[in-house]
Amino acid sequence: MTERRPVLAVIGAGPAGLAAALAAASRGVRVVLVDSAPSVGGQFYRQPVPGPGARRSQMLAHQRRTWDRLRAGLDVHLTAGRVTHLSDRHVWCVERESGRFVVHALLGPAQEESAAVRADAVLLATGGYEKVLPFPGWTLPGVVTAGGAQALSKGGLSLPGRVAVVAGSGPLLLPVATGLAAAGTRVVALIETAAPAAFARQARTWATTPVKLAEGAVHAARLLRRRTSVMSRHMVVEAHGEDRVESVTVTAVGADGRPAPGSERRIVCDLLAVGHGLLPHTDLAEGLGCRLDGASVRVDDEQRTDVPGVWAAGEATGIGGADLSLAEGHIAGRSAAARLTGTAPDPRGWARAARTRTRLRTFFAALESAYGEPPARWPEQVTDDTVVCRCEEVTAGAVREAVAELGAGDLRTVKLLTRAGMGWCQGRVCEPGVAGVAGCALAPARRLLARPVPLGVLAAPADPTPPQ
Amino acid sequence: MDPVKPARTHPGTPFTVTFDGREIQALPGQSIAAALWSSGVTAWRTTRGAGRLRGAFCGIGVCFDCLVTVDGRPNQRACLVPAVPGADVRTQSGTGHDD
Ligand SMILES: Cc1cc2nc3c(=O)[nH]c(=O)nc-3n(C[C@H](O)[C@H](O)[C@H](O)COP(=O)(O)OP(=O)(O)OC[C@H]3O[C@@H](n4cnc5c(N)ncnc54)[C@H](O)[C@@H]3O)c2cc1C
Ligand code: FES
Repeated sequence: MTERRPVLAVIGAGPAGLAAALAAASRGVRVVLVDSAPSVGGQFYRQPVPGPGARRSQMLAHQRRTWDRLRAGLDVHLTAGRVTHLSDRHVWCVERESGRFVVHALLGPAQEESAAVRADAVLLATGGYEKVLPFPGWTLPGVVTAGGAQALSKGGLSLPGRVAVVAGSGPLLLPVATGLAAAGTRVVALIETAAPAAFARQARTWATTPVKLAEGAVHAARLLRRRTSVMSRHMVVEAHGEDRVESVTVTAVGADGRPAPGSERRIVCDLLAVGHGLLPHTDLAEGLGCRLDGASVRVDDEQRTDVPGVWAAGEATGIGGADLSLAEGHIAGRSAAARLTGTAPDPRGWARAARTRTRLRTFFAALESAYGEPPARWPEQVTDDTVVCRCEEVTAGAVREAVAELGAGDLRTVKLLTRAGMGWCQGRVCEPGVAGVAGCALAPARRLLARPVPLGVLAAPADPTPPQ
Repeated sequence: MDPVKPARTHPGTPFTVTFDGREIQALPGQSIAAALWSSGVTAWRTTRGAGRLRGAFCGIGVCFDCLVTVDGRPNQRACLVPAVPGADVRTQSGTGHDD
């Protein structure tokens, strides 16, 4: 038996987690790569489950090369047993246990059983999810998040709808519109709340189309130019329909942040893809007691959190696109490997990745300020009968009553009084909306468990197994 | 050409699953949500309170809006569960347990 290699659990197999796993596995560490999806790739390199006759995915040349390199590197490490990939595992808790860690994960989409893995260190690369602010009609079938439309048309290989409006704010809207057009959807309007300057700021690093857009990307861009009306400083104020979305009302945003009078127009569509930016997944970090910086996990130059033995990389530490996630993952993996094997990390070894990181963080900070905040008055558009918490079906009226009549002054009290944010999604989806309607600050919610966990699992947690 | 089918993806041999007893086509690698969407089905759940229709929303397993009953098991996230030949997918009412 050879000397035991230290084990690093990497949670999340997107660009950040993959780069981290490769960097660590090449430097004397056993990596256990845990991800909830059936295959590696994360949100950007989303892979359809390979079926017979599956085509090689089509992506832009440099993305293709990066993906091929990651994939080939991973295969080498998998074969050599330096990396173990645990797919279909939703991590719901990471526990500290006398200087080591136990990663608890629910198995498969059914999520009725839990398994546990023991590791010497953990690296959180859990990425982000989309923020959507509520408006009347946003719960109608056919209204999906922008990233959700992307996910359904990429991994699902499906065509989400025939006539789409893409709306909201942020750099994700353009790739989503392109993706939908490439899948054959007619994108009639791209509606951005921010001023036109925000579009101009979009560098190609972000606005490029992601992996699964098929050879249609260029064609799609042409279609978008010809067929799609692009409106900046506009917003969707209502989605209409009985059993599904049939049209939306769009208005210009006036100087006071309210809909400009007389600017309303109806657009017929059967799909509304809407998003207002991404939010980092921070539950596992919070559960471990890691400090946050605003909404993101706080890290140092080596991507270490303030909890010893816990690293974080990618969109969990701030939103910045796939290339930034790759750079951060690489640095995190090298730092973790050095520290786990008892050598001092040498930042000169990752100087190039560090330069990329600095450049992209600066770029995304500028982009974020170009997009700015949503119009200050958006909550006024949310009528009292609009459901703001989708899981518990809590209306804006109930939230307002909790504030005005019951004196709730913070998000926690609003939640306790109305049950908003207490359902299956644990408030991930409704928190920004509920906070806006209540007029409270959006405090990071301390979610004890990263996923809803069946009682049976909590009652009898699995014993950790050493990785095979 | 069927306008609801994606223009250029040919990911393998289609198979059937049933939705409320009706046969629909699915492709290898598709989630149940994606298979339902491409057959024109956008809602497969009614909410516990107001009984409103819901389907997929976030597409990545975060929102739990897409809950559906698959092979008799309620509360499965349609956006995560892969479609497999012969799967019996049913509209879920409320909690999905007869109550
Ligand atoms: C829905 C969506 C669509 C997007 N589409 C685009 C696009 O079209 N173009 C573009 O430029 N950018 C897009 N982005 C942004 C893009 O995802 C990022 O730039 C990039 O993928 C970030 O890489 P990452 O490694 O940090 O995280 P991700 O790629 O998000 O990877 C995180 C991984 O962690 C896994 N994970 C999370 N939590 C857990 C857990 N508790 N247990 C186990 N596994 C877990 C996830 O399954 C995922 O595979 C999208 C983002 C989202 C959320
Ligand atoms: S659509 Fe959000 S969990 Fe499935």
